[in-house]
Amino acid sequence: MLLVAGTVACTGACGNAPNNSNDNSQNRPRVPAASAQPAPASGPRSAPGDGAAGADGDWTTPGRDPGLTRFSPLDQITPQTVSQLGVKATFSTGFVRGHEAAPLVVGNTMYIVTPFPNVLYALDLTKPGLPAKWTYEPKPIASAQGVACCDVVNRGAAYADGLVVYNTLDNRTVAIDAASGQARWVTTLDDINTGATMTMAPLIARGKVYVGNSGGELGVRGWLTALDLQTGKQVWRAYATGPDKDVLIGPRFRPYYEKDRGIDLGIHTWPGLAWKQGGGTAWGWVSYDPALNLIFYGTSNPGPWNSEQRPGDNKWTAGVFARDADSGEAVWFYQLSPHDLWDYDGVNESVLVDLPIGGAMRKVLLRADRDGYLYVLDRTSGQVLSADPFVHVTSTHGIDLKTGRPMENEAKHPYVGTVVRDICPAAPGGKDWQPTAFSPRTGYLYIPANNLCMDFEGVEANYIAGTPYVGANVRMYAGPGGNRGEFIAWDPVARKKVWSIKESFPVWSGVVATAGGVVFYGTMEGWFKALDAKSGQLLWQFKTGSGIIGQPVTYTGPDGKQYVAVLSGVGGWSGAVVAGQLDVRDATAALGFANAMTDLPQATTRGGTLYVFGLP
Amino acid sequence: MMSRRVASCALLLCGVLLAGAGCERESRPFQQLPAASARTERPLLSQNTPGGRVGESPIDTGASPFQENAWGISEGKRLFEQYNCVGCHAHGGGGMGPALIDDRWIYGNRAANLFDTIVQGRPNGMPAFRNKIPDSQIWQLVAYIQSMGGHAPLAALPGRSDHMRVGTPENARPATPAVQTGHP
Repeated sequence: MLLVAGTVACTGACGNAPNNSNDNSQNRPRVPAASAQPAPASGPRSAPGDGAAGADGDWTTPGRDPGLTRFSPLDQITPQTVSQLGVKATFSTGFVRGHEAAPLVVGNTMYIVTPFPNVLYALDLTKPGLPAKWTYEPKPIASAQGVACCDVVNRGAAYADGLVVYNTLDNRTVAIDAASGQARWVTTLDDINTGATMTMAPLIARGKVYVGNSGGELGVRGWLTALDLQTGKQVWRAYATGPDKDVLIGPRFRPYYEKDRGIDLGIHTWPGLAWKQGGGTAWGWVSYDPALNLIFYGTSNPGPWNSEQRPGDNKWTAGVFARDADSGEAVWFYQLSPHDLWDYDGVNESVLVDLPIGGAMRKVLLRADRDGYLYVLDRTSGQVLSADPFVHVTSTHGIDLKTGRPMENEAKHPYVGTVVRDICPAAPGGKDWQPTAFSPRTGYLYIPANNLCMDFEGVEANYIAGTPYVGANVRMYAGPGGNRGEFIAWDPVARKKVWSIKESFPVWSGVVATAGGVVFYGTMEGWFKALDAKSGQLLWQFKTGSGIIGQPVTYTGPDGKQYVAVLSGVGGWSGAVVAGQLDVRDATAALGFANAMTDLPQATTRGGTLYVFGLP
Repeated sequence: MMSRRVASCALLLCGVLLAGAGCERESRPFQQLPAASARTERPLLSQNTPGGRVGESPIDTGASPFQENAWGISEGKRLFEQYNCVGCHAHGGGGMGPALIDDRWIYGNRAANLFDTIVQGRPNGMPAFRNKIPDSQIWQLVAYIQSMGGHAPLAALPGRSDHMRVGTPENARPATPAVQTGHP
């Protein structure tokens, strides 16, 4: 029934049977494509364009490896030494909007992408104070700022084969020569007049650059595109709505669940031509499994938020695609939120690990989803092995593992002209874009989570290209306990929370986990924290100049010492009240997030700075 | 004869060419330029006028015809939703676009500033609605936007909406004097 061509044959009854994983004897979590990669024997430390992680001391792609584990094999910084961490260098980016990017480190150079206007700095790690070697300014169209839904952020660059590749807010993918700072190629992929922008970080694998658009709040038709790494020419594009040929659905497509099967569902699960403005943008993360030669990514919420204007399941929005990395053909799809009612976008990262489940090592995909559930999927088939709530959930009663459908709570169903209260999680979900990290040492997934609920009123949405297409009045507030954020260590095998730290504000930063047994994350007040990976004990913290919503990284400097780097600079959807100087007297400001963040302007101020921490 | 005719033709052609290009270059039509005063119809965005101010305040160039009109402001409120202004500015608190109920105005909040902002767009993201919306509706939007910050007669201000409460209604908001900040 379920044949994934060329890889793993599996039947519907395979839930308890071992798949043909090549190592069933090893009964501990593994990170298949990540840090086990040895450094190249000679030549500069670099990530080849085949999707491997860089050398141990490098950080060449925001997820660190193509499985997006954000786990570093470095171990000089340990629970014993971490208290000696101090600031080794700082660098002002010159901009005040939200800094969500991960710094990259390749050899002796660090690369930082700023929010709009998307300047790329190359910093020299060999010199005191990290002076800039060169600066690349793409000068994006200023009007692009007016179609970026949730602050003018950028989530970073990716490096391979001597090129630093990233997206600009005005829909260009640029490849910059890492040595000279000159553009090798620039490819324009969409038009701001449709409402499209680009904010995601590319993934590079198989000599290709995978990029997607943003604009699920502006009725943009979502796509993921593969570009040739050397030339920037488009290899394929897969839309998230419309006919099967546009979605690259063909004979290899074998969704696990009945609900995701059928012809041209990208048209038939929409009223009329609504699919043309239906969202499903790929603004989150792309991961890659070299053994299966599949890429995995999520599609955004359907547009508009007002669900009464789009009866149907709204394929292929709010779900996960597995595609052939070379041809782009869809191999499976799992719709997390069919006919999404609450902006439960499906773009969150799919972390690729092998876990002992049901007595066998399984190739799985971990997703801390917007809907508040921690999904463990068999990444060869798209089967949901488990789905457990990791935050307070009232919108659904659970996920039906037989049908793959969420069991919606009818009492929380929004309608036009009705205010539905206490919908948890709120629109930004149990976790938004901010990426998790997985440590194969502890076996825990570290989740930067939100504890937010919302009131929701549907209103009529008018589609005017290049303007918002939302149709909802929303106001958010803290969930039970009053803390708006939580940092959670989750055991995906035992399917339970191991420990957690309550945070006043949503935890909107990324996470890094290390072989030294330490995890790092930042708070929206600006604290950068180090925890014991095993126990969750707070070991060290430092107050940076602004709230942290960036992705921390760790690397080995030219002196052979381990460093940790993070961009400080509040903003993003959660921090828009500060970055955009919004007026919190309006509960619906920032699509309702402002109501939950009225005290953020007292807690932090805006401004982007890189911080580098190291041991004495 | 033949050669003289050719020569005169050439001279004529040259004259035409000169009149077309060269003479235009040489002309000094300063008497035909519009008087400087004719170019002050649009509101100024600077309070710095070289040589000092002359005459009335150059900032204020009049009110919306609906400034004190409850129906016009109410129509503006409806249009603010229907043209998706609300998508970016929310109910005045802002989001993708700046807040409209506070005292910070990048390009000023006089009626003519707001009219220009809607028609021309602004470089940091405000779309240009020229030829998309009738002028009368733009003036209704202008009147409503001013009323959001309480800048309209109390009797004309909208009250509570029949929607989810998002904050204090327009007619209960304190009006704060606007400041043109110039920066987003």
